Amino acid sequence: MEKRVTFKGWMLPLCLLAPQVIITAVFFFYPAGQAVWQSMFIPDPFGLKSQFVGFGNFEFLLSDRYYRAAFATTAIFSGLVTVVSMGLALYLAVLADRLIKGSGVYRTLLIWPYAVAPAVAGVLWLFMFNTRVGVVAWYLGLLGYDWNHVLNEAEAMGLVVAASSWGRVSYNFLFFLAGLQAIPKSVIEAAAIDGARFWTRFRTIVFPLLSPTTFFLLVVNIVYAFFETFGVIHTITSGGPQQATTILVYKVFADGFVGQDLGSSAAQSVILLIVVGAMTIIQFKFVERRVHY
Amino acid sequence: MKIKTLGLALASSLVLTGTAYAQTEIQWWHAFTGRLGDLLAEQIDQFNASQSDYVVVGSHKGNYSETLNAGIAAFRAGEQPHIMMVFEVGTATMMAAKGAVVPVYKVMADAGVPFDADAYMGAVKGYYTTPEGDMLSLPYNSSTPVLYVNRDAFSAAGLDPDMDLSTWQNVGKALDGLKAGGSTCPLTTAWQSWVHLENMSTWHDVPFATKENGFGGLDTELAFNGPVQVKHIQQMGDWARDGKFIYAGRRNEGGANFRAGECALFTESSAGYAGVKKEAKFAFEIRTLPYWDGVDGAPQNTIIGGSSLWVMAGKTADEYKGVGQFLAFLSTSDIQAKWHQNTGYLPITNAAADQTKAEGFYEKNPGTDIAGMQMTSKAPTANSKGLRLGSFDQIRGIIDEELEAVWSGDKTAQEAMDSAVERGNVLLRRFEQANG
Repeated sequence: MEKRVTFKGWMLPLCLLAPQVIITAVFFFYPAGQAVWQSMFIPDPFGLKSQFVGFGNFEFLLSDRYYRAAFATTAIFSGLVTVVSMGLALYLAVLADRLIKGSGVYRTLLIWPYAVAPAVAGVLWLFMFNTRVGVVAWYLGLLGYDWNHVLNEAEAMGLVVAASSWGRVSYNFLFFLAGLQAIPKSVIEAAAIDGARFWTRFRTIVFPLLSPTTFFLLVVNIVYAFFETFGVIHTITSGGPQQATTILVYKVFADGFVGQDLGSSAAQSVILLIVVGAMTIIQFKFVERRVHY
Repeated sequence: MKIKTLGLALASSLVLTGTAYAQTEIQWWHAFTGRLGDLLAEQIDQFNASQSDYVVVGSHKGNYSETLNAGIAAFRAGEQPHIMMVFEVGTATMMAAKGAVVPVYKVMADAGVPFDADAYMGAVKGYYTTPEGDMLSLPYNSSTPVLYVNRDAFSAAGLDPDMDLSTWQNVGKALDGLKAGGSTCPLTTAWQSWVHLENMSTWHDVPFATKENGFGGLDTELAFNGPVQVKHIQQMGDWARDGKFIYAGRRNEGGANFRAGECALFTESSAGYAGVKKEAKFAFEIRTLPYWDGVDGAPQNTIIGGSSLWVMAGKTADEYKGVGQFLAFLSTSDIQAKWHQNTGYLPITNAAADQTKAEGFYEKNPGTDIAGMQMTSKAPTANSKGLRLGSFDQIRGIIDEELEAVWSGDKTAQEAMDSAVERGNVLLRRFEQANG
């Protein structure tokens, strides 16, 4: 029972498709192709000369145990950011959805952090948790806890996860709230009449009906944690202490723009491209099966 | 914000095209903001007002690393400025880029501007010249690490603020006394790798890297896991464990704690003087960087940090003439003496040092001559001329990580330094391969 709209001839569909295809080609395929090409070379920083090394850059990377460790760091970081930001957003959305009075105010306030750029968010959190002058670190000190994310790896990870998740909660909140409001009230009321408590209703009706939203956010948030958290890491920890917060995309930056090793940097972005591509395929193949549209 | 900047840029370019009709524009990309940026702009204005053939335009491109990256990206796109400010860490990168830069000695000769490289302080000049003595880039701002002492904190802990702090042995005794006297921050530092490894190596006349710290070729290997450096780092680690050395961060985060009066001792660049003088509400003084008594040849000399000006390739002869005149203007002793006195950076020409002395500046500001003396009291050796290592910005990052492992007690100094040497050597080999 699928509806199909058919065009007469090829010209119109081609014209309609062209803008998107051209934009994708110019801003995605071309740079991605360049990265693949560059990953085969070791150039000098100024582009004066360049040596072909084939897969030499990849061999160099995979034999580096710090690079291999960055995979684990990235998995932990992305997992935590996704779980924390989605979990918190879902909780807040459920609460906001039940509000009768003043929900507009809460909604507006909750959306604000999304307007803050990651690098700025990083500086804000760093300021609060600065080991010597930060206000939160100071209160923790009063409670007898010596906060030092500069040296403590777990605290550094916690801080970058918190700073990265914070702005993201707003975004997820918006989608979850919209998703919740789209669930027909009649279904929930029917369950309530049957005697289902709030938690039972949430588990058996609301959450399954929310699954398209949840799946969409899962994909989007993992991509966010992989790529867009760079600013937070750069401002708060610069990948430290002892590479505890060096995620793959931060290493692409550090090797390319601090180390001026463009060959290694290009090879890393190719690897990153493959990893994220593979993850998205896995998500659509296996997770999406459990999604009810 | 962006629109406003764009508008300003547009407006200023309109003004410039209006006046620059007969004038040749010289672009200078730099990394200074705040007070340093103002002083730099003043130098430009002074030059522009002094003649009518050329107009120098300064552009701030972010911090040192960002400025270097902007310059490299611009060169690849054929849009490079005439003059680029590059920090001392990027020196090896610029020297290896033979087709991208024009050596300063050549710019000066072609422009017919009289220029004497020997006017520059030996320890500064050596950093930026070839073994043949040709100056490749013009030294601009140079500083060296010194010890800042909070005299009030010493008194508060019941110590004599005039006590001898010239050796680390004595500093250790002071730290014991400060800790016992209730100090929460007996010692802190800025730029840990620069102060406690790079300068500690030259100060004790031991190699930081083989091949004269990289001056002798790209096939240099790191060597800072020697007994002198390991002993020092281990001692600092022990002090960190006992709460006598407080680690605040990789850059100059510790400065805020010292200026607020919290810390008693602070190892930091001599260029931190202006900030300390402005903010400190306590009696402070500058001492020479301590050394380990008992190490042969110590104290030797400390080395510089800071930046130099590189002239980029691909411009016209007339433009280079203007560049030459501007660089000659920057190296005059009036400009240099003023820069030194206002910032705490070293007087990089001998004439500027003499002029500052003659003006009585050092008597009015005691301690400001210590940085210069640390660098010039002995002729530099093969171990203390400076460092010329590729990928050094990133190697410093590795050193920072390994030092942090010592401060947190995760590694011994020997383990950490061995690991830093091994990891840094990998980057040196990559650099050798890319630039060899």
